[in-house]
Amino acid sequence: MAKVEFLGPIQKEPMEVDIKTLAELKEIFKGDSELQEWLEICAVAINDTLVCSLDVKIELNDKISLLPPVCGG
Amino acid sequence: MALELHDGPLNVEEITNRWFNDMRDKNYGAYIPFIGIVRDEDGISGLSFDIYEPILQSWFDAWQQKAKEQGAYLLMAHSRGDVPNHTSSYISAVVSPQRKVALKLINDFVEDFKANAPIWKYDLIDGKRVYAKDRSHLLSGAGLLK
Repeated sequence: MAKVEFLGPIQKEPMEVDIKTLAELKEIFKGDSELQEWLEICAVAINDTLVCSLDVKIELNDKISLLPPVCGG
Repeated sequence: MALELHDGPLNVEEITNRWFNDMRDKNYGAYIPFIGIVRDEDGISGLSFDIYEPILQSWFDAWQQKAKEQGAYLLMAHSRGDVPNHTSSYISAVVSPQRKVALKLINDFVEDFKANAPIWKYDLIDGKRVYAKDRSHLLSGAGLLK
Protein backbone atom coordinates (compact mmCIF):
# COMPACT_ATOMS: atom_id res chain seq x y z
CA MET A 1 0.00 0.00 0.00
CA ALA A 2 1.16 3.53 -0.75
CA LYS A 3 0.86 6.14 1.98
CA VAL A 4 -0.80 9.53 1.40
CA GLU A 5 0.03 12.41 3.74
CA PHE A 6 -1.62 15.82 3.90
CA LEU A 7 0.87 18.55 4.80
CA GLY A 8 0.62 21.95 6.47
CA PRO A 9 -2.86 23.36 7.05
CA ILE A 10 -4.84 20.39 5.64
CA GLN A 11 -6.34 18.89 8.77
CA LYS A 12 -6.51 15.28 7.60
CA GLU A 13 -4.95 12.08 8.90
CA PRO A 14 -2.62 10.08 6.61
CA MET A 15 -4.22 7.25 4.65
CA GLU A 16 -3.10 4.10 2.83
CA VAL A 17 -4.19 3.40 -0.74
CA ASP A 18 -3.83 0.50 -3.16
CA ILE A 19 -3.20 2.27 -6.49
CA LYS A 20 -0.99 1.96 -9.57
CA THR A 21 -1.04 5.59 -10.78
CA LEU A 22 -1.92 9.05 -9.48
CA ALA A 23 -4.96 9.05 -11.77
CA GLU A 24 -6.42 6.33 -9.52
CA LEU A 25 -5.83 8.51 -6.47
CA LYS A 26 -7.72 11.33 -8.18
CA GLU A 27 -10.67 8.95 -8.61
CA ILE A 28 -10.54 7.96 -4.93
CA PHE A 29 -10.58 11.62 -3.86
CA LYS A 30 -13.63 12.42 -6.00
CA GLY A 31 -15.82 11.15 -3.20
CA ASP A 32 -14.27 13.48 -0.60
CA SER A 33 -16.07 16.81 -0.86
CA GLU A 34 -14.13 18.43 2.00
CA LEU A 35 -10.85 17.74 0.19
CA GLN A 36 -11.88 19.32 -3.14
CA GLU A 37 -10.90 22.91 -2.26
CA TRP A 38 -7.45 21.67 -1.23
CA LEU A 39 -6.99 19.54 -4.37
CA GLU A 40 -7.40 22.64 -6.54
CA ILE A 41 -4.39 24.33 -4.95
CA CYS A 42 -2.19 21.44 -3.78
CA ALA A 43 0.98 20.26 -5.47
CA VAL A 44 1.87 16.57 -5.26
CA ALA A 45 5.16 14.93 -4.33
CA ILE A 46 6.08 11.26 -4.63
CA ASN A 47 8.86 10.22 -2.29
CA ASP A 48 9.63 13.92 -1.71
CA THR A 49 9.90 14.90 -5.39
CA LEU A 50 7.23 17.14 -6.94
CA VAL A 51 5.44 15.59 -9.93
CA CYS A 52 3.34 17.12 -12.71
CA SER A 53 1.67 14.10 -14.37
CA LEU A 54 -1.17 11.80 -13.38
CA ASP A 55 0.51 8.98 -15.33
CA VAL A 56 3.29 8.60 -12.75
CA LYS A 57 3.48 4.97 -11.61
CA ILE A 58 2.98 4.36 -7.90
CA GLU A 59 5.00 1.56 -6.31
CA LEU A 60 4.32 -0.33 -3.11
CA ASN A 61 5.45 1.73 -0.08
CA ASP A 62 5.65 4.99 -2.04
CA LYS A 63 4.98 8.14 -0.05
CA ILE A 64 2.57 10.59 -1.72
CA SER A 65 2.46 14.09 -0.19
CA LEU A 66 -0.07 16.86 -0.84
CA LEU A 67 1.48 20.32 -0.46
CA PRO A 68 -0.75 23.41 -0.15
CA PRO A 69 0.52 26.87 -1.19
CA VAL A 70 3.60 27.93 0.78
CA CYS A 71 4.85 31.10 2.45
CA GLY A 72 8.07 31.00 4.43
CA GLY A 73 9.85 33.77 6.25
CA MET B 1 25.31 23.06 9.53
CA ALA B 2 24.15 25.35 6.70
CA LEU B 3 20.38 24.83 7.22
CA GLU B 4 19.04 24.94 10.77
CA LEU B 5 15.51 24.82 12.14
CA HIS B 6 14.57 26.11 15.59
CA ASP B 7 11.43 25.83 17.71
CA GLY B 8 10.01 29.34 18.33
CA PRO B 9 11.69 32.68 17.58
CA LEU B 10 15.29 32.74 16.39
CA ASN B 11 18.06 33.90 18.68
CA VAL B 12 19.38 36.40 16.15
CA GLU B 13 22.47 37.48 18.08
CA GLU B 14 23.62 33.91 18.74
CA ILE B 15 23.00 32.71 15.17
CA THR B 16 24.49 35.67 13.30
CA ASN B 17 27.53 35.89 15.63
CA ARG B 18 28.15 32.14 15.29
CA TRP B 19 27.86 32.26 11.50
CA PHE B 20 30.18 35.27 11.31
CA ASN B 21 32.75 33.58 13.56
CA ASP B 22 32.51 30.34 11.55
CA MET B 23 33.06 32.20 8.27
CA ARG B 24 35.50 35.01 9.13
CA ASP B 25 38.64 32.92 8.59
CA LYS B 26 37.44 31.26 5.35
CA ASN B 27 38.73 34.18 3.28
CA TYR B 28 35.35 35.33 1.99
CA GLY B 29 35.36 39.07 1.37
CA ALA B 30 31.62 39.59 1.75
CA TYR B 31 29.11 38.37 4.34
CA ILE B 32 25.55 39.51 3.59
CA PRO B 33 22.80 38.57 6.04
CA PHE B 34 19.03 38.97 5.68
CA ILE B 35 16.99 38.95 8.89
CA GLY B 36 13.21 38.75 8.70
CA ILE B 37 11.28 40.38 11.58
CA VAL B 38 7.61 39.64 12.31
CA ARG B 39 5.60 42.85 11.92
CA ASP B 40 2.67 43.91 14.09
CA GLU B 41 -0.13 44.25 11.52
CA ASP B 42 -3.77 43.26 11.01
CA GLY B 43 -4.23 42.50 14.70
CA ILE B 44 -1.90 39.51 14.83
CA SER B 45 0.17 38.65 17.91
CA GLY B 46 2.68 36.78 15.77
CA LEU B 47 3.13 34.15 13.08
CA SER B 48 3.35 30.37 13.25
CA PHE B 49 5.03 27.93 10.86
CA ASP B 50 4.89 24.30 9.74
CA ILE B 51 7.83 22.93 7.77
CA TYR B 52 8.18 19.83 5.61
CA GLU B 53 11.82 19.07 6.20
CA PRO B 54 12.69 16.48 3.48
CA ILE B 55 11.77 18.77 0.57
CA LEU B 56 13.13 21.87 2.34
CA GLN B 57 16.50 20.13 2.64
CA SER B 58 16.61 19.07 -1.02
CA TRP B 59 15.51 22.58 -2.11
CA PHE B 60 18.28 24.09 0.04
CA ASP B 61 20.89 21.59 -1.19
CA ALA B 62 20.14 22.57 -4.81
CA TRP B 63 20.69 26.25 -3.93
CA GLN B 64 23.89 25.41 -2.07
CA GLN B 65 25.17 23.74 -5.23
CA LYS B 66 24.33 26.88 -7.26
CA ALA B 67 26.18 29.00 -4.69
CA LYS B 68 29.18 26.67 -4.75
CA GLU B 69 29.45 27.03 -8.54
CA GLN B 70 29.93 30.78 -7.94
CA GLY B 71 32.43 30.33 -5.10
CA ALA B 72 29.78 31.34 -2.53
CA TYR B 73 28.18 29.61 0.46
CA LEU B 74 24.64 29.87 1.87
CA LEU B 75 23.39 29.79 5.46
CA MET B 76 19.78 29.68 6.58
CA ALA B 77 17.80 29.43 9.82
CA HIS B 78 14.01 29.21 10.15
CA SER B 79 11.50 28.89 12.98
CA ARG B 80 9.00 26.11 13.61
CA GLY B 81 5.86 26.88 15.62
CA ASP B 82 4.92 30.25 17.11
CA VAL B 83 6.98 33.42 16.60
CA PRO B 84 5.77 36.62 18.37
CA ASN B 85 5.67 40.07 16.77
CA HIS B 86 8.99 41.91 16.66
CA THR B 87 11.07 38.73 16.82
CA SER B 88 12.71 36.88 13.95
CA SER B 89 11.49 33.76 12.14
CA TYR B 90 13.98 33.74 9.27
CA ILE B 91 17.65 34.49 8.74
CA SER B 92 19.68 33.75 5.66
CA ALA B 93 23.16 34.81 4.66
CA VAL B 94 25.54 34.50 1.75
CA VAL B 95 29.31 34.60 1.97
CA SER B 96 31.36 35.09 -1.18
CA PRO B 97 34.77 36.31 -2.27
CA GLN B 98 33.05 39.20 -4.08
CA ARG B 99 30.27 41.52 -2.92
CA LYS B 100 28.33 41.56 -6.23
CA VAL B 101 27.94 37.78 -6.34
CA ALA B 102 26.68 37.74 -2.74
CA LEU B 103 24.22 40.61 -3.25
CA LYS B 104 22.66 38.97 -6.31
CA LEU B 105 22.58 35.55 -4.68
CA ILE B 106 20.88 36.71 -1.47
CA ASN B 107 18.15 38.38 -3.55
CA ASP B 108 17.57 35.40 -5.84
CA PHE B 109 17.73 32.93 -2.94
CA VAL B 110 15.19 34.79 -0.77
CA GLU B 111 12.83 35.27 -3.74
CA ASP B 112 12.88 31.56 -4.52
CA PHE B 113 12.57 30.73 -0.82
CA LYS B 114 9.30 32.69 -0.71
CA ALA B 115 8.00 30.92 -3.82
CA ASN B 116 9.12 27.34 -3.31
CA ALA B 117 10.32 26.42 0.20
CA PRO B 118 7.78 23.97 1.73
CA ILE B 119 6.85 26.12 4.72
CA TRP B 120 3.30 27.04 5.75
CA LYS B 121 2.55 30.31 7.51
CA TYR B 122 -0.27 31.05 9.93
CA ASP B 123 -1.35 34.33 11.54
CA LEU B 124 -1.76 34.12 15.32
CA ILE B 125 -5.08 35.81 16.08
CA ASP B 126 -6.71 35.50 19.53
CA GLY B 127 -4.41 32.56 20.25
CA LYS B 128 -5.53 30.64 17.15
CA ARG B 129 -3.55 29.72 14.01
CA VAL B 130 -5.15 31.04 10.82
CA TYR B 131 -3.57 29.77 7.58
CA ALA B 132 -2.22 32.73 5.56
CA LYS B 133 -3.74 31.35 2.36
CA ASP B 134 -3.98 34.70 0.55
CA ARG B 135 -0.26 35.38 0.99
CA SER B 136 0.82 31.89 -0.02
CA HIS B 137 2.23 30.70 -3.33
CA LEU B 138 1.15 27.73 -5.44
CA LEU B 139 3.88 25.13 -5.93
CA SER B 140 4.76 23.69 -9.34
CA GLY B 141 2.06 21.30 -10.56
CA ALA B 142 -0.61 22.57 -8.14
CA GLY B 143 -4.10 21.29 -8.91
CA LEU B 144 -2.92 17.99 -10.38
CA LEU B 145 -5.52 15.95 -8.45
CA LYS B 146 -8.50 18.32 -8.78
